[in-house]
Amino acid sequence: MNMYPEDLRYTKEHEWVRVEGDTGTIGITDHAQKELGDVVFVETPKVGAHLEQGQVAGSVESVKAVSDIYSPVTGEVVEVNESLAQEPEKINQDPHGGAWLARIKLEKPAEIDALMTAAQYEEYVKAESH
Amino acid sequence: MPDCVLKRTPLFDVHRRSGARLIDFGGWEMPVQYSGIIDEHNSVRRAVGLFDVSHMGEIEIRGPEARALTDFVTTNNAGRLSTGQIQYSGLLYEHGGFVDDILVHKVADDHFFLVVNASNQDKDYEHIRSHNRFDAEVDFAGERYAQLAVQGPKAQATVQRLTPLDLPAMRYYHFADGEVSGVPARVARTGYTGEDGFEIYVAPSEAVRVWNEVMRAGEEFGIKPCGLGARNTLRLEAGMALYGHEIDASITPFEAGLNWIVKMDKGDFVGRAALARQLERGVTRRLAGFEMRGRGIARDGYEVFLDGSPAGWVTSGSPSPALNKNIGLCYLPADRSAVGQPIQIQIRGQLAGAETVPTPFYKRAK
Repeated sequence: MNMYPEDLRYTKEHEWVRVEGDTGTIGITDHAQKELGDVVFVETPKVGAHLEQGQVAGSVESVKAVSDIYSPVTGEVVEVNESLAQEPEKINQDPHGGAWLARIKLEKPAEIDALMTAAQYEEYVKAESH
Repeated sequence: MPDCVLKRTPLFDVHRRSGARLIDFGGWEMPVQYSGIIDEHNSVRRAVGLFDVSHMGEIEIRGPEARALTDFVTTNNAGRLSTGQIQYSGLLYEHGGFVDDILVHKVADDHFFLVVNASNQDKDYEHIRSHNRFDAEVDFAGERYAQLAVQGPKAQATVQRLTPLDLPAMRYYHFADGEVSGVPARVARTGYTGEDGFEIYVAPSEAVRVWNEVMRAGEEFGIKPCGLGARNTLRLEAGMALYGHEIDASITPFEAGLNWIVKMDKGDFVGRAALARQLERGVTRRLAGFEMRGRGIARDGYEVFLDGSPAGWVTSGSPSPALNKNIGLCYLPADRSAVGQPIQIQIRGQLAGAETVPTPFYKRAK
């Protein structure tokens, strides 16, 4: 079984994006949450904000460290996961599902093709941790 | 991978097998966490946790003038220790800054056992030797001891199962030599967590066996192996200094609020003249505890502002699992360091409000 869902695309900064129609849902990967440890604070982007691919979309803070989240795609933020304000630990529990960060209306769908597949990301993580 | 080879404790394989996350800590490959920092932290506050702190260094001072040398290189009064007693103390440079903060154990009138920080042990040894004009021998003993810390309200119940030593009779900051799990051990009622607990010194060859036995003895209390991450959040809640953060070569004990470990009237010691000058002139900066009022977590090295101008820096900052607040320690101008002082901390480009508070942040119920 693969640790990383096949329907997501991944970045080198350990974010993921799930494309449904013209919307991309973004979050951070299981590898990223493991590296951070216990997450205690999540800063989401604001609804209506316009993000470029690679631009800071928010941050995740653990007991040990703080880490920026970069948007894997370009577009307008149409929804954010408000529940993370009350339950930041969701990032540790369900990083690829319930702990999504924001939904973005995709402006450049072609960007997705350049992102890593699950298999590529798994290889990337393996190589990075050696 | 770094070019230099990281040092490992005798428990390295235990950590690796049990899935600990390992980091480079001052040249040592050490576990930063097992089950998670908050989980481990809570185990120590509520029950018991086990730490491998074998990276810590040991230095032994022996001989007819062992006491005199110990007193000459440390700030606290080693001469007032009784056999089997321990004191927290400072090793200072001539200019009054810290070489290290240490524990001094009096083993006998002619034998003192010093426990020092891992990354400082070589320089501590050289420092003490360089001031040794006494009839005493200084012995680097780091390789002869592994150290396990059993910490938490159930620490005594856990360790008592493994030793004939009378632990209830052992007072805080006292130690005894005896056996743990049938192995010769030095057992000290000390710790770096703000809880009751013991630090156990054994031969490196016995470390794995004692570790396993402590884990079994603490099983019914839910004992957890703990890493350096929880050790840091626990000591910060307890308001304890960490070398390289609250104290270093540029900081004196008076600035760090450690006046109680300096005995100016005990006779001369390295750094005393500089401290006397500082007392005369007055301390210009002082360590203070703070709690975040605004959003965000202050981290080590962040700048502190007073009335919009840079005025100090954060030495340690973290979420506090026990208090559910974001806390930290920082240096401030001495005249603005009293409790209740509003301050601002620059967190990733933005100023966030905080306020100085009394330390320790957390105090265990006695």
